[in-house]
Amino acid sequence: MNPIRKFDLTAIAGCALLFAVLQGLMFGGLIGPFWELNIILICINIILSVSLNLINGYTGQFSIGHAGFMAVGAYTSAIITVKLGLPYELALIVGTVAAGILGFLIGLPTLRLNGDYLAIATLGLGEIIRICILNIDYVGGASGLMGIPRLTTFAYVFWIMIFVIFFIKNFKNSAPGRCCLAIRENEIAADTMGINTTKYKVMAFTLGASFAGTAGALFSHYFFLAHPASFTFMRSFDILTMVVLGGLGSMTGAITGAVLLTFISAYLSDYPEWRMIIYSITLIVLMLRRPQGLFGSVELSREMFRLGGKKDGRAAEGK
Amino acid sequence: MKSWKKLASAALAAMVFASVVSGCGGDKKEAASGDTIKVGASFELTGNVANYGKAILSGFKMAVDEVNAKGGINGKKITVVESDNKSEPSEAGNAVTKLVTQDKVVAVVGPATSGCVAASAPITAGNKIPHIAPSATAPGITVDNDGKVKPFMFRACFIDPFQGQVMAEFANKTLQVKNVAILFDSSNDYSKGLADVFQKTLESKGGTIVAKEAFLSKDLDFKAALTKIKASNPDAIYVPGYYEEVSKIIKQAREIGLTVPMMGSDGWESPKLAEIAGKEALQNCYYVSAFSAQDQDPSVQNFIKAYKEKYQKDPDIFAMQGYNAGLILADAMKRAGTTDGTALAKAIAETKDLPVASGKITFDANHNPIMGALILSLENGVPTFKEKITL
Repeated sequence: MNPIRKFDLTAIAGCALLFAVLQGLMFGGLIGPFWELNIILICINIILSVSLNLINGYTGQFSIGHAGFMAVGAYTSAIITVKLGLPYELALIVGTVAAGILGFLIGLPTLRLNGDYLAIATLGLGEIIRICILNIDYVGGASGLMGIPRLTTFAYVFWIMIFVIFFIKNFKNSAPGRCCLAIRENEIAADTMGINTTKYKVMAFTLGASFAGTAGALFSHYFFLAHPASFTFMRSFDILTMVVLGGLGSMTGAITGAVLLTFISAYLSDYPEWRMIIYSITLIVLMLRRPQGLFGSVELSREMFRLGGKKDGRAAEGK
Repeated sequence: MKSWKKLASAALAAMVFASVVSGCGGDKKEAASGDTIKVGASFELTGNVANYGKAILSGFKMAVDEVNAKGGINGKKITVVESDNKSEPSEAGNAVTKLVTQDKVVAVVGPATSGCVAASAPITAGNKIPHIAPSATAPGITVDNDGKVKPFMFRACFIDPFQGQVMAEFANKTLQVKNVAILFDSSNDYSKGLADVFQKTLESKGGTIVAKEAFLSKDLDFKAALTKIKASNPDAIYVPGYYEEVSKIIKQAREIGLTVPMMGSDGWESPKLAEIAGKEALQNCYYVSAFSAQDQDPSVQNFIKAYKEKYQKDPDIFAMQGYNAGLILADAMKRAGTTDGTALAKAIAETKDLPVASGKITFDANHNPIMGALILSLENGVPTFKEKITL
């Protein structure tokens, strides 16, 4: 068994253990409904930040339209369950695919742009999606799509999150993933080496968008409704903040960012007047102390914890 | 490598801390202690509709302070636990979950907008906690998709169809008109619904609808429809809609010589109405509203005076709705004599002729309040209190 596979298996076993502990605490009542809700929110935010990290961190494209794809997933999945009465599993798949298709269609023309221009284009597209939804009466328009059953459970959210994390980790280590990294490092050099840059940029964008759709589907089926106010550009910025805070290009960073920010927001809900101020100060201090994000582009790994440990090839690859 | 180790251990410590806090979260705050009753207030305190949320909360807190000053609820004081939802529905669900399960409140008031209320209503219902939405007007708030009333959900503002009934009453009793024409916006549910309710109510009172014409939002020219209406020779015209179109309709109606009274809905409420239509055209125009500082009813004047003293500014309709919600809740608590959710919800539903800031309030079978509505006329373009109508 090669070391990567061995590592994956131990990681999955660890996840199963974590799941069992959390689920046990929830059943035992030690984690009340409020923290259960926030743990689920953390999982959804991890899916969002990890998928945005694929676009912004690994492929080096600056997209800030993630909330738009999330909205597409949220609404299409809600149509499947509420309007058509079909099963939730199908809704998750349709939400994912719909957001992916839209990401593909939007990615083709906009990924010709780069840097600030792409950021503005994706910001605009996210808003267009939201405004379109706002004006479609079939999905409730400005009052939102109400009456969605709470079908998202901790088990769904947790295992989908694990699936997304492993999918993106393996994608990064695959040949197309390496092409994406090459594009991030130097697009012209990558082009010269014969990499079809447009193809891989669109591929990363489509994958990121479809996972955002999954997160949207999980989100709308946990919070009872899909509402345009949930998918404003502020949501896109929130996700971007998680990724940048954790460190662009570091998956463990994106995960830590999502956990940390969701947790801070929930913990501060006892102080409604101060919440947004403390939250913002935390961000400013973190950015002043570590402008490259908590982890930079390095992955958190076991080697970091090993005293005087030697680095093997895999630990260095993230750099 | 050293700094990484430090950072990693810091992150680990943070996670351990997180799990400890979350583990203890469930039993950190126990149920309401002996002599206080905890009530949750979930509002839009930040975000883009924060002005609504803050106004309602100020009115609600004023009502609670008054009740406490008068000895509280059967000797117990009410304490308000505030919570912010950032004007975003999922945050509203989050905030209400915290109020209900962490703070163990006995009732929830808020949020302001229908979307945020819709996201938090299933949580209060699941925990059998009464929930009053002070300003949510969407019909689906208090009844579910099958038309069944939600047992724990109430609102403290009147809903759209009620305005149509009020205006029909006004046309019949005060204006004493028999033949009325309707001009409505067929692209808008608000306008369509009001037109239907108005027609039904007026016809049941012996009036006749002599013409019913439609327009579309963003239309600019209404002369064709108005000419048809003029030919039917009405005593008055009912125009439910928003000020954008209504201002142009009134202007053009006066231009073609239609001088009969025009009646409308709260969508008229805007300074733009007088700007576009002109002061002269607005003579003999009336619309429905829920709040006017000119209303000489002592309950309204007392409320305005008390609010000004407490906050040094004029109250708006949202502050009044928050205040009313507080009074409704306090009254129901007194009558129920318990903080048990089911009993409290039953007591709220039985609210009858309760004096609040805007007059008296009674709940109908669908948990919508029946209360006085105001008719405002536009004297020289300025909204002026005309009369109060109670059905």
